Amino acid sequence: MAAELWKKKIVIAGEGGQGVQVIGELLAEAAYRSGQQALYIPNFGVEQRGGVSIAFVQIANGEIGFPKFQKADLVAVLSPRSVERTRGYLKPGTIYLYDESAIKAPEIDDRTIGIQGWETVAPEAFARMVGTEEGTGVRPPGGAGLIRRGIPAAQLAKDKLNPRVANVIICGAIAVLLGVLPLEQVKAALEEKFADKFRQRPELREMNYQALEMGRKAVQEAAAP
Amino acid sequence: MFMTGNEVIAWAALAADADFMYGYPITPQNEIMHYWSRLAPHFGRGFLQTEDELSAGFTMLGGVLVGKKCFTATAGPGNILMQEPVAMAEMMRLPGVWVIQQRGGPSTATVIYSQQELRLTTTGGNGEGLRIVYSTSSHQELFEYTLKAFNVAWKYRFPTFVLGDGYQAKMRETVTLFRPEKRGWEMIPAEPILRGPGVPCIERDPVHLRNTFNIEEELYETLMKHVEDYERLTPEVVEWEAKVRADDTLLLVAHGIVGRAAKDAAERLQRDGWPVGYFRPVTVRPFPGEALRKIAAANPELRLLVVESAYGQLLSIVKAELYGYANPLETLLRPGVGVTTEEIEETVRRLEKREG
Amino acid sequence: MSAEDLSVHRGILENLNMPVSWRKETKPHRFCPGCGHGIALKALGEAVDELGILDRVLYGCDIGCSLLSWDFFNFDSVQTHHGRTIPVIVGAKRARPDVIGIAYMGDGGGYAIGAQHLVSAAMRGDRITAILANNTLYAMTGGQMAPTTLPGQKTATTPYGREPQKSGAPLHGPELVAAIAPPGSYIARGSVGNYNQLKQYLKKALENQLTGSGFSFVEVLSACPTNWRTNAKETWEFLRGKMESHFKVGELRVPEQQTGGEEN
Repeated sequence: MAAELWKKKIVIAGEGGQGVQVIGELLAEAAYRSGQQALYIPNFGVEQRGGVSIAFVQIANGEIGFPKFQKADLVAVLSPRSVERTRGYLKPGTIYLYDESAIKAPEIDDRTIGIQGWETVAPEAFARMVGTEEGTGVRPPGGAGLIRRGIPAAQLAKDKLNPRVANVIICGAIAVLLGVLPLEQVKAALEEKFADKFRQRPELREMNYQALEMGRKAVQEAAAP
Repeated sequence: MFMTGNEVIAWAALAADADFMYGYPITPQNEIMHYWSRLAPHFGRGFLQTEDELSAGFTMLGGVLVGKKCFTATAGPGNILMQEPVAMAEMMRLPGVWVIQQRGGPSTATVIYSQQELRLTTTGGNGEGLRIVYSTSSHQELFEYTLKAFNVAWKYRFPTFVLGDGYQAKMRETVTLFRPEKRGWEMIPAEPILRGPGVPCIERDPVHLRNTFNIEEELYETLMKHVEDYERLTPEVVEWEAKVRADDTLLLVAHGIVGRAAKDAAERLQRDGWPVGYFRPVTVRPFPGEALRKIAAANPELRLLVVESAYGQLLSIVKAELYGYANPLETLLRPGVGVTTEEIEETVRRLEKREG
Repeated sequence: MSAEDLSVHRGILENLNMPVSWRKETKPHRFCPGCGHGIALKALGEAVDELGILDRVLYGCDIGCSLLSWDFFNFDSVQTHHGRTIPVIVGAKRARPDVIGIAYMGDGGGYAIGAQHLVSAAMRGDRITAILANNTLYAMTGGQMAPTTLPGQKTATTPYGREPQKSGAPLHGPELVAAIAPPGSYIARGSVGNYNQLKQYLKKALENQLTGSGFSFVEVLSACPTNWRTNAKETWEFLRGKMESHFKVGELRVPEQQTGGEEN
């Protein structure tokens, strides 16, 4: 008897400066390392004008079809502007993970994106200010059927680690919410992706691992009744 | 391995023992050049960034003429320019591998994705479209058909294309890379067409190649030889993927990455008891028409649903191939945008007028 | 090719006043009476003979009257598309540096439809020898205006004479190339009106490739009595008078090892 087929469709959306595509890559790489099928595709081109960067990830124990899809099992939203942009992917039962920190998302304006070449993925490194100024957090959409999970990722990163690892906190939270990705494999994916950086500054490795753990803990607390 | 499609192609060219890539930047194929130019010096291979796609195509033919395995990659408006050197390759029977990562069209349109370069890639140029075009649907296929393209091109000496798209170019998924000899795949070496061994006039005749003819009959004679060669190779190179059962009433027909969505949709619907099959041409030129006609003839009631990210390019091929067959034809045409598994399923449910 | 081989071959052709590298089976050639191509190609043939490189040459010709040279020589040759000869030869040279690549074209092919290839190959310093015949018009297609058409010159598309304010002034190709080509390039303009000088230029252009010094480019002022509608005397006068006074014959760039001194 063949194992039952399952497939997880994930949308991650945020500002160009928030490291959204890194989350997509890490999740897909971790799934691949876990022996699962994985497919990741960034939005690129004119589509990303408006500053919102989106990563599409599918993880399955069988073949994966088209790289894009209509409805997601998990939507992770990192900035207020991304709420509208991802509304179309919601369905009853979608897990809605969002950053509830009262911290301004590091927006990159359209002009910068235009000049920096809209033919590539969002120029995440161009954000001058990453998660340090006060502002409003993401307000999740209403409506029945969504499983809402808010975590203060940017706040935690700013207070306890470094504002730049807020995306890794989100990554840890997604891995836990999906229930199919061991954090060990996400760590291995981090190792692969940031091998050079970790070699030069070993303390970054520990910081990223802590961020993953922080994400796991935060989302478990958020799920507690 | 887990990587992007553009990276896969660079590795495939390396595994195929390609000597040289000539290219000009255009999204979404750029990373093929990026990866290749990074890999090439470590493996004694060459790369030249040219002034445009005309030059990329013609410099590639120069490399091919002197006996090197060469390739190039382009998309969209670059593919239009590339048709000029492809036409010369067709006329003069010059091998070579041309990778196309389709983007939106017409014009500059989008840098993202489409299947709108099917017609241009299969039958572009001012001739008969004597070329071999593989439309891939996964990274594994990108790898294997790029390898295969190098062999087929040098075996039959027709321009050979790997037809991908922006999604396949940019997405990351699993692929198993291998050295072809480890799988027992024999790679055909390239031979010099010009400047081979020997002193011309003393040890051999000089080789003079041309693509201009003085009289109609001279052209006709030359061209018909190429046409005959092409027709002879057709049964040897056509490939397709299909799953159709005797009691199926609907057949999804799609190529490339949309073919993958069609397969996914068909398999899901079949599991729910729907009488739906699928047919995906892998060679879109030459087209596996014989195989499609067999399926159509076996069940005249079988309705076809042609799905593509273009406005009727695959459809016109299917119509031509099924001329004289009465099978009803439906379409889901989405020029320049993706077609998801869900959309295909919805269309099927609507067509079959049954509750999902 | 060894000296012995050459002498054997020369013996075959001893009674013919032709360069060894000319293919006698395709002679008489197909150019019009009085055409400059025959003279330019003879100078090229003799230059190749003298350098003894027949077995290394890859010759490419363009579309236009130059295409008639596709089987002109005893070396391997390829006829390409209009304007695309430089890229074909560049591609071959990049893939096989042992090959001596010669790209032969007209002024339409090199200065109009293929100008980007000439400019880019020169700018990159590709080790090829490009030879361009300038006869001030498109000859094979019926004598239309070319980038090199002289002010006031009548052509099929300038029936009242070329007006520079409407269609520009004649392009000075070697001067253009000299302005952008890197050190090591050899650039000259010769004329079929001065055979020995032209042959020397072509030989130096090939030597420049042989030594791996850089890009070489020779524009050859050529004659087209058919489209000029001139008799022999008028043809000579137009070439030596009007053309040579407008397009200055001479060497524009000579690399150091050829001059033995500083590059000019």
